[in-house]
Amino acid sequence: MELIRLKDIHKTYHIGTIDVPVLKGVSLTVQHGELAALMGASGSGKSTLMNLLGCLDRPSSGEYWLDGQEISRLSPNQQAAIRSGKVGFVFQSFNLLPRTSALENVAMPLSYAADHLSERQAHKRAEELLVRMGLGDRMHHEPSQLSGGQQQRVAIARALVNRPRLLFADEPTGNLDSHTSEDVLRIFEELNTHDGITILLVTHDPAVARHARRVIRIHDGVIVDGDGAEGGEP
Amino acid sequence: MKSIRTIRTAMRALRRNPMRALLTTLGIVIGVGAVIAMMEIGEGSSAAIQKSISAMGANVLLVIPGTAASGGVSFGAGSVTTLTPEDCAALLRDCPAVRNAAPAVRARTQVVYGNRNWVPSSIYGTTPAFLDIRDWSIGDGEVFSDRDVLNGNKVCVLGQTLVRELFGGQSPVGKEIRIKNVSFRVVGTLNPKGANMVGMDQDDIILAPWTTIKYRVTGSSAQVANQSAAGSSSSVNTLSNLYPSNGPTLYPQRSDVQAADNPMPVRFTNVDQVLAAAAGTAEIPAAIRQISAVLRERHRIREGEADDFNIRDMTEMTKALTSTTRMMTNLLLCVAAISLVVGGVGIMNIMLVSVTERTREIGLRMAVGARAGDILRQFLVEAVVLCLVGGGMGILLGHGGSWLVWMALRWPVATSPAAIVAAVAVSASVGIIFGFYPAWKASRLDPIEALRYE
Repeated sequence: MELIRLKDIHKTYHIGTIDVPVLKGVSLTVQHGELAALMGASGSGKSTLMNLLGCLDRPSSGEYWLDGQEISRLSPNQQAAIRSGKVGFVFQSFNLLPRTSALENVAMPLSYAADHLSERQAHKRAEELLVRMGLGDRMHHEPSQLSGGQQQRVAIARALVNRPRLLFADEPTGNLDSHTSEDVLRIFEELNTHDGITILLVTHDPAVARHARRVIRIHDGVIVDGDGAEGGEP
Repeated sequence: MKSIRTIRTAMRALRRNPMRALLTTLGIVIGVGAVIAMMEIGEGSSAAIQKSISAMGANVLLVIPGTAASGGVSFGAGSVTTLTPEDCAALLRDCPAVRNAAPAVRARTQVVYGNRNWVPSSIYGTTPAFLDIRDWSIGDGEVFSDRDVLNGNKVCVLGQTLVRELFGGQSPVGKEIRIKNVSFRVVGTLNPKGANMVGMDQDDIILAPWTTIKYRVTGSSAQVANQSAAGSSSSVNTLSNLYPSNGPTLYPQRSDVQAADNPMPVRFTNVDQVLAAAAGTAEIPAAIRQISAVLRERHRIREGEADDFNIRDMTEMTKALTSTTRMMTNLLLCVAAISLVVGGVGIMNIMLVSVTERTREIGLRMAVGARAGDILRQFLVEAVVLCLVGGGMGILLGHGGSWLVWMALRWPVATSPAAIVAAVAVSASVGIIFGFYPAWKASRLDPIEALRYE
């Protein structure tokens, strides 16, 4: 069953009078429950593609079907609703709110969600996720009191708090040492197999890509390998 | 629900940097504090100034009879004898803008005590209400009563100049003086008032019941000329209507037919002037209008005919009073506006810095599903919360400041609920106005750019 279907996506940035084409006709399908890695050299357009997939940006042309819905022409507010309901993000630099407890950080996205939870329900959900990430004893610590791996686990909990179907991880291990990287990647694998969350890892590191069951390579704005035709079920 | 959550988010964001939040609000705290303190001190001083100016008689209206003319010769103001004590009572009864009214009969004649004599510049026959109207107080002894007025008793109250001239500073209470050969007992003295605005000595005065002056001293309508040498008093018998009684009458009542067959000239009991105090400076025009209407009706003056009376107000003093108050208010408003604008600019400045500093946070919030409106609302609420907290602290500061001024300097202060309401409203609007631009700027950020911002 398809979760993502891209059809001939183009993205061109206009810098002054110069047009800079970044994506030049990308077509891609991702099935439910996949754990895929998106690889490419820097400048290849992988970040742009991830922004499009994560509904942070709109393509210049082409179609993007997410979970059966054409979303390439949505208004910014509708895009925000998609990000809030269907998508979670994990960033390379964690992006936690400073001087704010782990619990508050995890519960933060709930305040923008469509289905309103009470403060207590929101905290309960955040607590459960933090316990699952092995941070039950660190709930009231601020980011500056946590190690890099712990901070990234808080960020993963935050990405999961809205119960998304799809998780984007942009170089999630870029700021971590190899040991903690393994831990974080194991969490992703566990989420994929156990919860059936579709995960897209954006990386340039082959060691990370090895954890994925499918590798999509992008080069100079086009997909050169693993464009979905041969992407099978996990 | 949503707004509570937004306020909670804003509070959390402010708590992350309490020192900066405090410094940001300092502008508003000082601004609102200055406004409250100035308003309270200013209102107190303004009330004190108003009180002292109205003590000079700014609210007093003088009603004098109109001008008589014969063969083209005018006899000047106050020469017709149409104003009666009943007019005075009617003014008090029918004019809501008139606080008090007193008739006055004037005389100018010699006053004698022992081997001393003196011609006071004014001898007023009036009622005790005169003192209330002129805001004058009794120093020694007491004022004569309404019963003295009714009975035409020979009692009087002396001004300080007379105390000095006739008694050499000794207490005159209980002594007998003679006004044009009529003996008066002194029941009290007036506190000194000094000269009035044109330099006339106001303490050179005797107050007595108007009935006594009218019927025992002046005889007829007062002439401004010295009456010391004029003929003896007359017409004391018109006092009869001053004793309201149901006792038997001496003479048989004339029927209407007899009265029509044999008309007798009606004797008016007239007074020289009526002093009326308006309820306040603002009510003076209304009081003039009402007095005019009542008197025209009582004097049966037709539409289009000229008044047979004049009303004089202390325009000069009233103007001084209103311009003082207005200047005071405008001055305070200027100070208030400047300090609040400065405070607002401070808030805007810090909010702009805050937006720049928190660009990544804004990007993150957008990435996890915040809409532009959510971001706008959050920053706006932060600014408004800052301003309201600042406003609250400012109210306490200003109130405390004015209390300190009162404690230390004994300047009059008056708590001003209007100023407090205005301060809260203004600090909320300052928050919205000066918080809007930074909030709008934050909401227009592109989430991708914002997330990448270093």
